[in-house]
Amino acid sequence: MFYREAGDFKLSYVEDSQTFPIRFDRYRYFAVLAVAYGVIPFFVNDYWANAILLPFLIYAIAAIGLNILVGYCGQVSLGTGGFMAVGAYACYKLMTAFPDVSMFIHVLLAGGITALICVLFGLPSLRIKGFYLAVATLAAQFFLVWLFNRVPWFYNYSASGQINAPEREVFGIIVTGPNAPAWATYMFCLIFVTFCAVVARNLTRGTQGRTWMAIRDMDIAAEIIGVSPLKAKMTAFAVSGFFVGISGALFFSVYLGAVEVGEAFGINKSFLVLFMVIIGGLGSIFGSFAGAAFLVLLPVVLKVVGVDMLGWPTDIVAHFQLVIVGALIVTFLILEPHGLAQLWRVAKEKLRLWPFPH
Amino acid sequence: MKLKLTTLALGALMMAGPAMADLVFPDLSYRTGPYAAGGIPFSDGYNDYFTLINERDGGIGGVKARVVECETGYNTEKGVECYESTKGEGALVYQPLSTGITYQLIPKATADGIPMHTMGYGRTSAANGKVFSNVFNYPANYWDGASGVVNYLLEENAGDIKGKKLALVYHNSAYGKEPIRTLEELSKKHGFELSLLPVDHPGQEQKSQWLQIRRDRPDYVVMWGWGVMNQVGVQEAANIRFPMENFIGVWWSGAEHDVIPAGAKADGYKAITFHNVGRDFPVFDDVQTYVVDKGLAAGAGDQIGNVLYNRGFYAAMLAVEAAKKAQEIHGVADIDAGMMRDGMEALEITQELMTELGMPSFGPSFSVSCENHGGPGLVGMTQWDADTQTWSMISGFNPTDVDVIGALVAEDSASYAAEANIEERCN
Repeated sequence: MFYREAGDFKLSYVEDSQTFPIRFDRYRYFAVLAVAYGVIPFFVNDYWANAILLPFLIYAIAAIGLNILVGYCGQVSLGTGGFMAVGAYACYKLMTAFPDVSMFIHVLLAGGITALICVLFGLPSLRIKGFYLAVATLAAQFFLVWLFNRVPWFYNYSASGQINAPEREVFGIIVTGPNAPAWATYMFCLIFVTFCAVVARNLTRGTQGRTWMAIRDMDIAAEIIGVSPLKAKMTAFAVSGFFVGISGALFFSVYLGAVEVGEAFGINKSFLVLFMVIIGGLGSIFGSFAGAAFLVLLPVVLKVVGVDMLGWPTDIVAHFQLVIVGALIVTFLILEPHGLAQLWRVAKEKLRLWPFPH
Repeated sequence: MKLKLTTLALGALMMAGPAMADLVFPDLSYRTGPYAAGGIPFSDGYNDYFTLINERDGGIGGVKARVVECETGYNTEKGVECYESTKGEGALVYQPLSTGITYQLIPKATADGIPMHTMGYGRTSAANGKVFSNVFNYPANYWDGASGVVNYLLEENAGDIKGKKLALVYHNSAYGKEPIRTLEELSKKHGFELSLLPVDHPGQEQKSQWLQIRRDRPDYVVMWGWGVMNQVGVQEAANIRFPMENFIGVWWSGAEHDVIPAGAKADGYKAITFHNVGRDFPVFDDVQTYVVDKGLAAGAGDQIGNVLYNRGFYAAMLAVEAAKKAQEIHGVADIDAGMMRDGMEALEITQELMTELGMPSFGPSFSVSCENHGGPGLVGMTQWDADTQTWSMISGFNPTDVDVIGALVAEDSASYAAEANIEERCN
């Protein structure tokens, strides 16, 4: 009824090729942005920012990054944790070396450095595919964590090997460190999420995204019709690394404030982000958000329901969390192997026909 | 399980009653994951002491204590979530029982004006109260532990350990790396050789480290482990027939569950400690009467006297005494976090006080001051007897190398102060 193409006339090519061709989608998108930028910052408190919104936003960036690599370009990666660590340590070194530079620049530079490292570790993808590539990126994961643990220069020779985010500003507003107000940290991450999502969306629906998808769907055929596998794979690794690096930098500097590489960026992190991408939906920007929300929010919701509302013992709730999240993942993947994004797509198809399905 | 559910349901009912002003002590515990074996008894002891105070004395200065438990799983992200969700309830003091979470919370808690007590863990240089206003790590810290081990070896070898080889098997994390600096300084001072053997999280895989020990044949092995790493370490030592009396753990590697799996082979294993062990204290009879028999125990009630149960119990005792001190200083019963901090800074534990509490010589006597948040750093040695399945103290609480540690604390805290732009207090 209200969700359909009919009656929405496009008068120019620009309008015709816009991201959201359906008017309702467009309004919904602007409504979400308006709430995120105009409403939430005024109500957000420490708990909401640090326990729910920041992890959600930061993991969403990481998931978008990995989705470009795995979902769009078909290159399996288990090195996300290691690449996030590169972003975090790059950000730390930059923050401590140039304290007067704005955090925006540090985070972007950290993303750039991670992109370079990611390309370096992506080189084997030209020769190997599938599971073998997964093993190669796994090596990157272990090597990077080992490196940051081993070389004291990366953690500025601190006694414990931890890195701590000092207080840094953006336009005079503190965004890192303990005195940063909740709204500032939230806005800082939100701007990066919006930037990353818009860039990713536009990259993936243009030429670049099509070459990635061509490589994903059949690399030999793609090569025959003139897609360069070297360029396609390396750009995918670079763009993915850039996003993952940004998320790692934010994860360390804004969200946690102190990081220990083995604990924060271990193999578990790689799997967590990969699960977000798989559950959310491979090859979908919305899916990255949905997957991140699912895996970040669900444990918190279960904890609030179990411990705070029902008053159950904390260990039982923690065990139930594993059971419930695990069961939901299995159920989702059986019912909808293409992830939450596919559910959303099906819902939209149904909505288009509603209320007259036949 | 069923008992636990019913007690918890009871607890929930009681909580749902009239909301009185109470003193909130968050317990960031971990009863799940690879470190749960240590987290459970500690948390049980911590909870039980507050229950005892509520049941027997009617609270602290007439105000009931309420423990808010939050599961961290030894995970820093969940630790942050727990901190944010409990601080709004009027939390008085945080004891996260994790060095990683401690590092995370030090700046946050300081900004929020909530004190932290990281007893025998956390950032060692927090002992310097001039820099760390809200962090306390009395009565002893990691560097006291490291120095205590070396002092014990000195004593065993009549003051000369020149040329001896000492291997440190440590958890490859902020926690495990803490003693390295002190041991390096001490090896320079006393002329022993130090070799470092890191073990990665969670610590189940130690074959190569122990192979190296077998090859290098160090005279002593010191272990800085936690969770499952301890059991594996003791077992591996037994497998290569390393003499157990030359194998010394830090206080986090010296509980019953760490040595029982290795059976009789673990006999003679030692661990350094900063509090007494065993259940021969009058206060545990009260716990039995007021807490366990009433079905209010946090766990199954079978952990009493366990090393880590005692440690949690001791931590809670120190928190309660600090709260009493705070009430005394400020003249109000319903204290807030800032007052609690003042109480912790003025805390004084004497043998008379501990005897009065039914815990004679449970820990060293010490006092805290504005400059010194770490106490005197007295540590003792315990040894495991596999026949009777008990830990026992084999030395008194002895002083550690204050010169070396003091210099390191000053250096590390100065670098933190420079990094975080902190002005020195207490001048």
